Amino acid sequence: MTTLTLPQWLQPWVRLARGEAPQAQIRLLLLQWAAPIVGILVLLAVWQLGASRINTSLGQFPGPVQVYEQAGNLLAEHRAERERSRAFMLRQEERIAARLAQQPDWEPVRRSYTGAPTFFDQIRTSLVTVLAGFLLASLIAIPLGIVMGLSRVLENALNPVVQLLKPVSPLAWLPLVTLVVAALYTTEDPAFSRSFVVSMVTVMLCSLWPTLINTAVGVKTVSDDLNNVSRVLRLKWLTHVRRIVLPSAIPMMFAGLRVSLGIAWMVLIAAEMLAQNPGLGKFVWDEFQNGSSQSLSRIMVAVLVIGAIGFALDRIMVLIQRRVDWKQD
Amino acid sequence: MKPLLELSSVGMHFETPGGIFDALRDVNLRINEGEFVSLIGHSGCGKSTVLNIVAGLLQATRGGAILAGREVTAPGPERAVVFQNHSLLPWLSVWDNVALAVQEVFRRRMNRAEMRDWIAHNLELVQMLHARDKRPGEISGGMKQRVGIARALAMQPRVLLMDEPFGALDALTRARLQDTLMQIQTAQGNTVIMITHDVDEAVLLSDRIVMMTNGPSATIGEILPIDLPRPRDRLMLADNAHYNRLRHRVLRFLHERDDDGDVAGVAASVTALQTPASSPASPPKKSAASA
Repeated sequence: MTTLTLPQWLQPWVRLARGEAPQAQIRLLLLQWAAPIVGILVLLAVWQLGASRINTSLGQFPGPVQVYEQAGNLLAEHRAERERSRAFMLRQEERIAARLAQQPDWEPVRRSYTGAPTFFDQIRTSLVTVLAGFLLASLIAIPLGIVMGLSRVLENALNPVVQLLKPVSPLAWLPLVTLVVAALYTTEDPAFSRSFVVSMVTVMLCSLWPTLINTAVGVKTVSDDLNNVSRVLRLKWLTHVRRIVLPSAIPMMFAGLRVSLGIAWMVLIAAEMLAQNPGLGKFVWDEFQNGSSQSLSRIMVAVLVIGAIGFALDRIMVLIQRRVDWKQD
Repeated sequence: MKPLLELSSVGMHFETPGGIFDALRDVNLRINEGEFVSLIGHSGCGKSTVLNIVAGLLQATRGGAILAGREVTAPGPERAVVFQNHSLLPWLSVWDNVALAVQEVFRRRMNRAEMRDWIAHNLELVQMLHARDKRPGEISGGMKQRVGIARALAMQPRVLLMDEPFGALDALTRARLQDTLMQIQTAQGNTVIMITHDVDEAVLLSDRIVMMTNGPSATIGEILPIDLPRPRDRLMLADNAHYNRLRHRVLRFLHERDDDGDVAGVAASVTALQTPASSPASPPKKSAASA
């Protein structure tokens, strides 16, 4: 057994504190920490310099400082909105209590607060939508990829379809999806809003492909030897898939899932923007239409947040991948 | 005595894009219960094809194999195979690899505790119980092959089929595994068919050595009974005159084949000899998609 392993980024600090090969630790630290920090500083500098030279119709392009201020504003707006919502609920409860005191058999009616969604509400909506779309895509792509990988006939039948649909831009799907969802999704009391379904389906249509293709390839490359083991053991079809095929395909499958999630996130923002579905994309579009002197800074905040969330989603996928990928240990 | 396994006029040809390749012709062999038989011959002589036909992984185009009175039509655990490159499932521990086989084969015949004991017993036989929680990637090639043997033995096969089981191992590891196999086979009386390239291995382990002619249209050239007393000891045998005579017999057979390789009159191109190998139906490997 090895001793408790520290996270890799911590190791040089600990070794340095212990005085183990300090030169090597410092070199490692410079590489691990100083280089990325310099990279970000250079970006900020270029941004600041460039911004001061660009004059748009909405005023000067915002530099890092203005954007930082706007991020603070967005947070403050969010807090103010929450406060208003709390106050509304409080007033409502007071009213209800007062009326019940006079009229004990009255059935109280409670309304929810209907303020405009804040930046943070939009982030939440986008995250929920992207995960729903991605989950739906995976639920379709993985089983389909498995049967595609197992059957030469199905593979040849589906391959042209996949190749044809894979490169289609989300913007091309969107009008169709919108109309189809409007036509088909007509329940009295919808559990999800229609715009949510439109975004989710668009995300699904675009993020399906990498998982599908990678799963199929992963399944196809199950080694002949393992297939022979399965035959000698007379594994039933389902057992064969569960015990031999799926585990074999997992490394490829997860590589595909990771690409799919990245695509899902990019597609979602575009879809929200064009379809006016709630979410970060709509926030960007609204600010663009709004055209105030702060709009550019607020859009920049959104851009950075979109990037950060995309990065975070990818890291989460990598963490899951490490846990399930038997090839990496 | 009725043989346990009988191959009668087995022929095999593969349809390749370049035409029909005749791999085996008229192979006849009877193997008794408890016998250890080695198949030896040059690369591409169809040894693996014979083994795969017995395993049921390939269907003979003529003739067939009969095991204990029943014709072999499909693979099954009563003809367990030890594959050349171990073929353990890399995502399962040593224990779970054997457990997969035991669970499948003894599903209704053993309870959990009995299965556990049986898995442990077979890992113990190959001296691998200590590594029960290791994954194949964490153990050496020799250890992997030990687990592969344990998995096959755990299926309690009527015939144990071994496809060059020690071919990829270094000499020292190979010798240790041969000794282990010899002990187990002496103790349990398993019926074994083993493919090998190694003359010493064949003479040391076998009751009979089946020497195959070169392909195309390979067949059995000669069968040499190895009447050395058991238990055998590799160091003692090194000075045994009879052992050396047998050894030379096999070597001479192989050398003669080497000289007149195209005895069949066909200008058997070397490529034609190599292509059919053991798995003619393996599809070309495709490269990974965008990742």
